Amino acid sequence: MAEIELKDIIKEENIVYKKSNIILDRTMHYCPGCSHGVTHKLVAEVIEDMGIQDQTIGVSPVGCSVFAYNYLDIDWQEAAHGRAPAVATAIKRLLPDKYVFTYQGDGDLASIGAAEILHACNRGEHIVCIFVNNAIYGMTGGQMAPTTLVGMKTATTPYGRDIDRNGYPLKITELIAQLPGTCYVTRQSVDTAAAVRKTKKAIRKAFENQRDKKGTSFIEVVSTCNSGWKVDPVKANQWMRDHMFKFYPLGDMKDATRDNPADYEQYIKEEK
Amino acid sequence: MGELRLMKGNEVLAEAAIRAGVDGYFGYPITPQSEVMETLMLRKPWEETGMVVLQAESEVASINMVYGGAACGKKVMTSSSSPGYSLMQEGISYLAGAELPCVIINVSRGGPGLGTIQPSQADYFQVTKGGGHGDYHVIALAPNSVQEMSDFMTLAFDLAFKYRCPAVILSDGAIGQMMEKVYLSDFVPRRTEEQIRKDCGEWCTLGSKRHNVITSLELDSVVMEQRNIALMKKYAEMQKEARYEAYMTDDADYLFVAFGTASRICKKSIEMAREKGIKAGLFRPITLYPFPTKALYEIGTKMKGILSVEMNAGQMVEDVKLAVECKVPVEWAGRNGGIIPSPDEVLEALETKIIGGK
Ligand SMILES: Cc1ncc(C[n+]2csc(CCOP(=O)(O)OP(=O)(O)O)c2C)c(N)n1
Ligand code: SF4
Ligand SMILES: [Mg+2]
Repeated sequence: MAEIELKDIIKEENIVYKKSNIILDRTMHYCPGCSHGVTHKLVAEVIEDMGIQDQTIGVSPVGCSVFAYNYLDIDWQEAAHGRAPAVATAIKRLLPDKYVFTYQGDGDLASIGAAEILHACNRGEHIVCIFVNNAIYGMTGGQMAPTTLVGMKTATTPYGRDIDRNGYPLKITELIAQLPGTCYVTRQSVDTAAAVRKTKKAIRKAFENQRDKKGTSFIEVVSTCNSGWKVDPVKANQWMRDHMFKFYPLGDMKDATRDNPADYEQYIKEEK
Repeated sequence: MGELRLMKGNEVLAEAAIRAGVDGYFGYPITPQSEVMETLMLRKPWEETGMVVLQAESEVASINMVYGGAACGKKVMTSSSSPGYSLMQEGISYLAGAELPCVIINVSRGGPGLGTIQPSQADYFQVTKGGGHGDYHVIALAPNSVQEMSDFMTLAFDLAFKYRCPAVILSDGAIGQMMEKVYLSDFVPRRTEEQIRKDCGEWCTLGSKRHNVITSLELDSVVMEQRNIALMKKYAEMQKEARYEAYMTDDADYLFVAFGTASRICKKSIEMAREKGIKAGLFRPITLYPFPTKALYEIGTKMKGILSVEMNAGQMVEDVKLAVECKVPVEWAGRNGGIIPSPDEVLEALETKIIGGK
């Protein structure tokens, strides 16, 4: 058998996977196994696929993904804790032809920034919101988030989240789906290859909605924080499937653009 | 000179913003400045200049909207009154940290807490000493007439862009609510995206292949210290922008120092004092930050005594003492709770605290 040389393999036609050009050559600071990295990759791929690199402005949160701006080669603004939707509102209103998205954690979006996200979605700002729900405050060392499940142990619920003391986990995505300003609200994950593909499709759809000025698109990514949860990445994924998916079931909650544009027009009329 | 009109201070702020080519206004209602947004909504500048006007869900949201717009190189602004200005402090700190230009108007009222809706100057410390966390300053302009409400809009934006720093117009409920004649400035067209790219392309996030990033975060202490030093340099550089008005100071023995509404009262007190043979004059800081320290030293140290007249419990008096290096007696006089001191009270305070107190 003739020997195969490397140069015969490394050819354009043989490439099955390539790092997006939007992702900068920098070592990510995320813990191995963290969902943020994959989610970044998907946003980058969608921006590259749509050819909108020089028309996109990202708004990063305060949380582990504060440094999202170090990894995606687009213009970025780093917002105060929870305020990304307000920041994005102004950018989009002032630059209506640009693509604007927020990227936020669950503490950022569902706790301190609950007002900003609800009002931006309610106004139907033509933006995309990527919501990484890992049920914990990753950045500050694993404290309880509004999304922390009942019984879940965190640094501030060392005996487990207790309803009397801490209240209930907040299904903010369900709340947001009620708002007439949102056109697309979905909950996805990135724990399997199939899930990653579905999430990418959702992000693509969200950016297309923005292009078509259909209202706010909101994508929750149910995520792991193996460091905060204090388990290894494999166990974290299993725990997420066993517990998180039960309380936060995956799937589209609202897709006003799904069937045909006429339906959407009707929907807007009814909502108005 | 522009168009002559009789207008309320708050309405003038709105009109001046449109004429200055402002790109976006974001605000939340609060007395005594709600007329700013009301006037804008009635005027519909989006039809005229394309200016965005948005009622935000809170002052927290409005200041962060200002952050988003400013980071795009746009001319953006908000207005509020004291409690709302307090809520904005984190956002203003971020704006200062990320070195973003914008204009913030505080038509101040009395506090603390919900306090009163009547005019006050009790936000002097909060405006001039930083207000939010971290070492920073904002440019602070203090109008004392409806005319200056108009004139300072352009000035505030010019200084804000020159230094990439938030500029605050610290007015009060009296100037916001009163009507005076005003010469409005001419219309300046809003800048096009091309012009903004030319002016601010180095840093603004208009969407580009430059990877422009607006952030105030730096985890490396060595680099962060350099950023702090750069800010300190900028504030030192800004000192040359100090502005003031000296009124009847040439032959004066005694000096009032007052800004905004209080400075107008002092002018009447000066007239009354001079009728009694007391030679009094006024030093009015127009920029509260940078404080006109040098000019006040030069004028103030020639006096027999200085009275800082304020509608608060005595705040600017500290800067007055620092400016004259305590070389002449400096006292405070004023009223609180939303009360404007009368010219008689001010003159009496000069006579008892300074002239008699020597
Ligand atoms: C005003 C303010 N309060 C608190 C903090 C501290 N803080 C930083 S990140 C964070 C929580 C982030 O959690 P989440 O949004 O879930 O992001 P994750 O790190 O889990 O991705 C908190 C409370 C802050 N930076 N600013
Ligand atoms: S702490 Fe959690 S959210 Fe933060 S990088 Fe690590 S795994 Fe990700
Ligand atoms: Mg989290």
